[in-house]
Amino acid sequence: MIEISGLGKSFTLHNQGGAVIPVMAGATLSVGGGECVGLVGRSGAGKSTLMRMVYGNYLSDVGSILVGGLDVARAAPREIIALRREGLGYVSQFLRVVPRVPTREVVAEPLLVLGVARDEALARAEDLLARLNIPERLWGLSPTTFSGGEQQRVNIARGFVHHYPALLLDEPTASLDATNREVVLGLIAEAKARGAAILGIFHDEGARDRVCDRLVDVRDFTPQAAA
Amino acid sequence: MTAMGHDMAEAGRGAGAGEMGIFAKRKGEGPLLQVAGLRKHYGARIGCTDVSFDLWPGEVLGIVGESGSGKSTLLSCLAGHLAPDAGQVLFQTADGMQDTLAMAEPARRRLMRTDWAFVHQHARDGLRMGVSAGGNVGERLMAVGARHYGQIRGAATDWLQKVEISADRIDDRPSQFSGGMQQRLQIARNLVTGPRLVFMDEPTGGLDVSVQARLLDLLRGLVREMGLSVIIVTHDLAVVRLLADRLMVMKSGRVVEQGLTDQVLDDPQHGYTQLLVSSVLQV
Repeated sequence: MIEISGLGKSFTLHNQGGAVIPVMAGATLSVGGGECVGLVGRSGAGKSTLMRMVYGNYLSDVGSILVGGLDVARAAPREIIALRREGLGYVSQFLRVVPRVPTREVVAEPLLVLGVARDEALARAEDLLARLNIPERLWGLSPTTFSGGEQQRVNIARGFVHHYPALLLDEPTASLDATNREVVLGLIAEAKARGAAILGIFHDEGARDRVCDRLVDVRDFTPQAAA
Repeated sequence: MTAMGHDMAEAGRGAGAGEMGIFAKRKGEGPLLQVAGLRKHYGARIGCTDVSFDLWPGEVLGIVGESGSGKSTLLSCLAGHLAPDAGQVLFQTADGMQDTLAMAEPARRRLMRTDWAFVHQHARDGLRMGVSAGGNVGERLMAVGARHYGQIRGAATDWLQKVEISADRIDDRPSQFSGGMQQRLQIARNLVTGPRLVFMDEPTGGLDVSVQARLLDLLRGLVREMGLSVIIVTHDLAVVRLLADRLMVMKSGRVVEQGLTDQVLDDPQHGYTQLLVSSVLQV
């Protein structure tokens, strides 16, 4: 489902003397349907960079990233938009939403964009919010004022409300208490069971051991010049 | 309106599946707008030059740049308010792609009243300030041939509610409205005829942040429900991040970078974009 091959990237800082910083070289890995692969390596080694490249948020200099047959490294913006809408979800560590939009709408939005009927989309959003222990009295409020842990769970609900065939998870259990961590691990297990391919970063070793089928060390993808 | 948006979505489904992978099945019917080699000079000074891009149905394209970068000139040329010196602006019509710059004047005027809409930064430039709110919305319907008073008033009431203006304000003049309400009224006036392409010039500029947020949410909903294509000019990077699918960055009349909005903002390639993104104050 996700096949990364020979991927490389460097940043060029035009306003800082044109400094070129190589950040990745020869990254190669694949994630099959129903499989969860965890990225490991010290902070700054390029785990998040790789995830962002798979999502099309960062450009790639060389190599390919096939997600459901589309090469994200070469695809046109509108192809990536369509892929993100239907095939590729991303739970980041940041919740970015239009202020003042109620939480239940924020979570239902990925379904509304896909044309799911409003009642059904909201019902599915509310089910997930309840499951993630977001109190019902908060559903009508904007998540921008929520605590870090609550925002994290809203982000997770948004990432799981549509059953994406491929999913990127950046620290999905960080800042969660034991109960909610269990809920999230359950959601990940269910996604795998229905055949989703998951690529994730888990600093929580217990979580990593439970959901990951394989680990990939991104230090293998560190460019020689930067090593 | 809703029916039209639905038809467009239906028409797009299924086409072009082969070239785009298994998930990207929709929107394969071709671009709504194709711009090629657009150029406008003011004497020796460049307004905008070498601008080419495609806009697809349902896409929101943001154009950013500092004042004087040529983004407003470009928008005016695209929308037919300003005659460019060179280039083509092809629009998808029932008779195929047509160059709107070469169109006969009556046909172009009809296009601007039906398939196109323009939302000005200052609502007073897009509204008739001496006419009631209902009249402002109804007028555009009448311009496309609506004659039945009851139906026009009914449609106006519907649209006022869609943009969250209470129906009992229908006979008030826009001058009695707040800035945010005027802007929402301008949007209702523009969208009542069910356009396919909407040009927006700094639509949230000059509004309080809390009013901006409400307007952004409204615009996102309308884009989604009506399947609108939008070209939005702004200097506000936060607005394009929340509203635009794709982004074009302009400097000195030229497009220096374009791509997926979050990619351009998070991994800018051009020195000017890097400067623009790193200059935004963090809140």
